[in-house]
Amino acid sequence: MPGDLKDGRIVIVGASLAGLRAAEALREEGFTGSLTVVGDEPHPPYDRPPLSKQVLLGQATADSTGLPMRQDPNADWRLGVRATGVDLLAKQVLLEDGESLPYDRLLIATGTRARPWPNPAEAALDGVFALRTREDAGGLAQRLTAGPERVLVIGGGFTGSEIASACRERGLEVTVAERGPAPLVGALGGTLSKLAAAMQRNHGVDLRTGVTVTALNGNGSFTGAELSDGSRVDADVCVVALGAVRNVEWLAESGLAAGPRGIACDAGCRAFNMYGIVTDDVFVAGDVSRFPHPLFGYQMLSLEHWGNAVEQAEVAAHNMVNPGPLQRPHLAVPSFWSTQFGLNIKSVGVPTYSDHVVIAQGSLEARRLAMVYGYQGRVTAAVTVDMAKALDYYRHLIETAAPFPPPPGAQDRAVAADLAIPSDVPDPKGLSHGPTVALTGYLPDRRLTLVQPG
Amino acid sequence: MQTVVDLTRCQGYAQCVFLAPEVFQLHGEEGLLYATAVPDDQVERVRQAAAACPVQAILLGEEVSAGAR
Repeated sequence: MPGDLKDGRIVIVGASLAGLRAAEALREEGFTGSLTVVGDEPHPPYDRPPLSKQVLLGQATADSTGLPMRQDPNADWRLGVRATGVDLLAKQVLLEDGESLPYDRLLIATGTRARPWPNPAEAALDGVFALRTREDAGGLAQRLTAGPERVLVIGGGFTGSEIASACRERGLEVTVAERGPAPLVGALGGTLSKLAAAMQRNHGVDLRTGVTVTALNGNGSFTGAELSDGSRVDADVCVVALGAVRNVEWLAESGLAAGPRGIACDAGCRAFNMYGIVTDDVFVAGDVSRFPHPLFGYQMLSLEHWGNAVEQAEVAAHNMVNPGPLQRPHLAVPSFWSTQFGLNIKSVGVPTYSDHVVIAQGSLEARRLAMVYGYQGRVTAAVTVDMAKALDYYRHLIETAAPFPPPPGAQDRAVAADLAIPSDVPDPKGLSHGPTVALTGYLPDRRLTLVQPG
Repeated sequence: MQTVVDLTRCQGYAQCVFLAPEVFQLHGEEGLLYATAVPDDQVERVRQAAAACPVQAILLGEEVSAGAR
């Protein structure tokens, strides 16, 4: 009865990028049944990347980042209401207002939220922000416009670095406190993170590495922070950029394989239950999902990438309305971008799935380069700095498991293109912010611990 | 009217910056920043930019309607 898949009731929980794209794709795939999208935020779907760039730079307002629709998915949008659970047997989504939404197929796309500062009293100080929602970005942009004396950014991941960049561009003094050895180290490894550190310092960021923030000070309003090295930073605005937490708590009683790394699913976006049995009618897409990828040893990947939300939503939607033999796998090569300190950083593959790197084109000194990552003699990732056009070439090398170091293929091949150096991927446990790409199996260079007799 | 650029696809050809400079701007050599809400008098230019983008990374459309409950 494959025809029935085009009809019936579909509920999508999560009204952001993945939820919207899935809703659109369901209609494009010919779904004619009833479609309900539940979102806990009061806003229609909006785009988050501009919140840490255009909005903080004062070039756009936080409430102007609504996502455009390709076509109206003709959905019933239930916004500003939180889903509190799923009854897999009765096939119902439970809402906080007491209502139950029956479904034939369910898509979970609840994404992530900002990891809060662990001390609630300190987090409540006036002037302490996170950056995830429209409200966060609007409030922070307002403070930056008011001209604070100094901004303290806790965490040197992509969000933290973009915030620091925006502050410097606005002429504001900024301190970045990063627990790892350099900014972006969790995403890009040790070698490229040295460029990130130089970039920040050259732009006047007071960068403190290898330190944690131990306390936020203030009496009502934030006035500064204590660092683990005994120093203190006086500042009147603090941004907590400690990565994201996956929105899975509402599924605790559901029987689905939901945990801190996300909801496990198969390559077809079908959720696993807690016994590892695949469900037929519950699908997952976007930041909240965790899926196996053959290019990276079938390890389960958790990605917080814009492109992954789009691609996975489209695969999930396709598989929700097509019978098994016509279903597609989600095998896209992960990719992300960041703009900071005037540089365009782009990545394909999984840089943390690596043991060595080479600079294949350009150089650190030129601030323009393509760095290629390899694992056990094959190409697994590439990162470009102001060299976006080269990325498709490296994507192809990753997809075809090309040998590492990569063979000569570029005209402006770097002198160092054959010099493989350790990629120096840190243990994620040592990072203050969560990595935006999490391999949830083994780290490749940590499968073996050598114990040497003292 | 809203716009979003798939920056995963964007390769910095800057055709959009040339065609609709009030909406699209380069940040550094190849980073792209853009106005997310397109002013009415710029919609036609953004349509041209979307059509001219070599990697078809620009999407223009309406937001989910305010009637969403």
